[in-house]
Amino acid sequence: MALAQITSVSGRAVYVPGNDIDTDRIIPARFMKCVTFDGLGEFLFYDVRKNADGSEKPHPLNEARFKGATILLSGLNFGCGSSREHAPQAIQKYGFRAVVTEGFAEIFFGNCTTLGIPCMVAKREDIARIAEAVNSDPQLEVTLDLSAREIRFGGQVVKATIRETDRDALVNGRWDAIGELLEGRAAIDATAARLPYLAA
Amino acid sequence: MPQSLFQKVWDAHAVRTLANGQTQLLIGTHLIHEVTSPQAFGMLRDLSLKVAMPHRTFATVDHIVPTDQFAEPFADPLADAMIKELRRNCAEFGITFFDRSTGKQGIVHIVGPEQGITQPGTTIACGDSHTSTHGAFGAIAFGIGTTQIRDVLATQTMALGRLKVRRINVNGRLRPGVYAKDVILHIIRVLGVNGGTGFAYEYGGEVFDRFSMEERMTVCNMSIEGGARAGYVNPDDTTYAYLKGRPYSPKGAAWDAAVARWRSFASDPGCTYDDVVTIDAADIVPTVTWGINPGQGISINERVPDPQAVSGDERTSVEEALAYMKLPPGAPIKGTRIDVAFLGSCTNGRLSDFQEVARFLRGRKVAPGIKAIAVPGSQGVGLLCAELGIDRVFRDAGFEWREAGCSMCLAMNPDKLVGDQLCASSSNRNFKGRQGSPTGRTILMSPLMVAAAAVTGTVADAREVFAVGDR
Repeated sequence: MALAQITSVSGRAVYVPGNDIDTDRIIPARFMKCVTFDGLGEFLFYDVRKNADGSEKPHPLNEARFKGATILLSGLNFGCGSSREHAPQAIQKYGFRAVVTEGFAEIFFGNCTTLGIPCMVAKREDIARIAEAVNSDPQLEVTLDLSAREIRFGGQVVKATIRETDRDALVNGRWDAIGELLEGRAAIDATAARLPYLAA
Repeated sequence: MPQSLFQKVWDAHAVRTLANGQTQLLIGTHLIHEVTSPQAFGMLRDLSLKVAMPHRTFATVDHIVPTDQFAEPFADPLADAMIKELRRNCAEFGITFFDRSTGKQGIVHIVGPEQGITQPGTTIACGDSHTSTHGAFGAIAFGIGTTQIRDVLATQTMALGRLKVRRINVNGRLRPGVYAKDVILHIIRVLGVNGGTGFAYEYGGEVFDRFSMEERMTVCNMSIEGGARAGYVNPDDTTYAYLKGRPYSPKGAAWDAAVARWRSFASDPGCTYDDVVTIDAADIVPTVTWGINPGQGISINERVPDPQAVSGDERTSVEEALAYMKLPPGAPIKGTRIDVAFLGSCTNGRLSDFQEVARFLRGRKVAPGIKAIAVPGSQGVGLLCAELGIDRVFRDAGFEWREAGCSMCLAMNPDKLVGDQLCASSSNRNFKGRQGSPTGRTILMSPLMVAAAAVTGTVADAREVFAVGDR
């Protein structure tokens, strides 16, 4: 199964401000009563985007000018809390292809890489600059460059980082590890044989 | 060279280094439940793969089960479809399922230890962030996503980067009325909700040496709330005594060999840590949250913050949290009126939690107008409580005594807050909307503090309500 080599992501961006945005907020638990991930995109950030009667609250994702954005910007410790992969699945199914924040919670970050969603970390002031630029021109193209470890927008360039193991996996098209894990069969058996508690 | 438990367990389970530099890590024990596994089985079928080690995979159903209805089909057709799907997957792939009919069902992080499946020196993964609970036994245990569940099902391994280790010492003695829950809420308050990113937490010191296994589990459970993917306590005689005689514990000569092996995994004296934090037990007080993440905690006798007293980012987050919680800036938290009291969850739904509360609840009544529910974390816990007459104490006090499950911790079942109800909760997360209503409010606290809130109808100091120090 050949995977795409994800070396860069270009597109329009939207800024959802806030620190410690947890996965319950990204996808409330009641939408996880499902046996597939289909259709999760429409419930992304549901309770902060919609009122109980289904009408819209003020939220960047509800603004027409940000429809079609593929890069999500936010604050510190994004994706904290529950390990639910439903959160990155909802982000991806909504149409996002990359996330840039001041920092990620670990399980969320790993889940994103596994789905081929690059999560890059940038400094607060740099995210503020990108946010300011896209807020004044929502059509502005923003480019995440995983090789150069930078983000380019409107003639400006800021530095961005991504954990090296995950950067490597994305740019070399091995972000879904299953193929490589399966190839380790002999080594798995050898390791398992040394652990008494695994005996059948 | 002296090594930490983390290093030893990691090295014993490292299969090989992958091309991107991560480790292919063997997962000795894989726990699954109905919410995060169905898609993984779907992926397995799509790839025509089998479960590599069905005998090391254990399932239970916890998140979606109603706690007031045992009969099936469930009233909620979506929940009913999920339990049926798990049953089908376990049958098809030959996985042991602690279904409700077995009497062994419950929250996955309560069932594993109870059955003796959770053992020292092992690696444990589960599609649930509170898998860190199992670290109480000296296991390296962590939550994973659904695609990784597929990886573990198919290969019994996953790709993972090595974590750093932070040793957290809690020295001295806890004061009366201060519990394991207060210890972890205090740690998160001190180190922050993302302070543990990239770390496994090794908890130790006199307080942990004295703690029971259930208390250790309460602390390890909420490691993730501090950003640490895993948390553990070194195994000792308390650990072995807990495990002895459990269904999946080694028996006879194998028991002695296992204990010797388990002992060898404990961190060596003089091993190096990436960071060390030391906390004085005397500084820990009954702690309650006032905001919308578990790091926003204060002592029961403190006032909630005033945004005017802080600046910048902190002011924004305090304002956001107080607005959501509908708490006046700078007000005392004590005396805040509650609507619901919830006692249960993988954090505080074990026998000793109910036992400790029952000791003080006898002869008291839940305040008028308060909905109070007590939910044992497993059928096993429920059974023990019944044998000891603990359920009767709760019922007599006016609590609803329910069937086992995650219940109102995340409200994927019918147990939900309504509107902006305020809940005194022994669970682990006070996120916006966490308990099932988009405007519902949660205050996290220890089980005895939940009981104090239930009987007074307000956030209260359990030490005063129950004269704790006098017992």
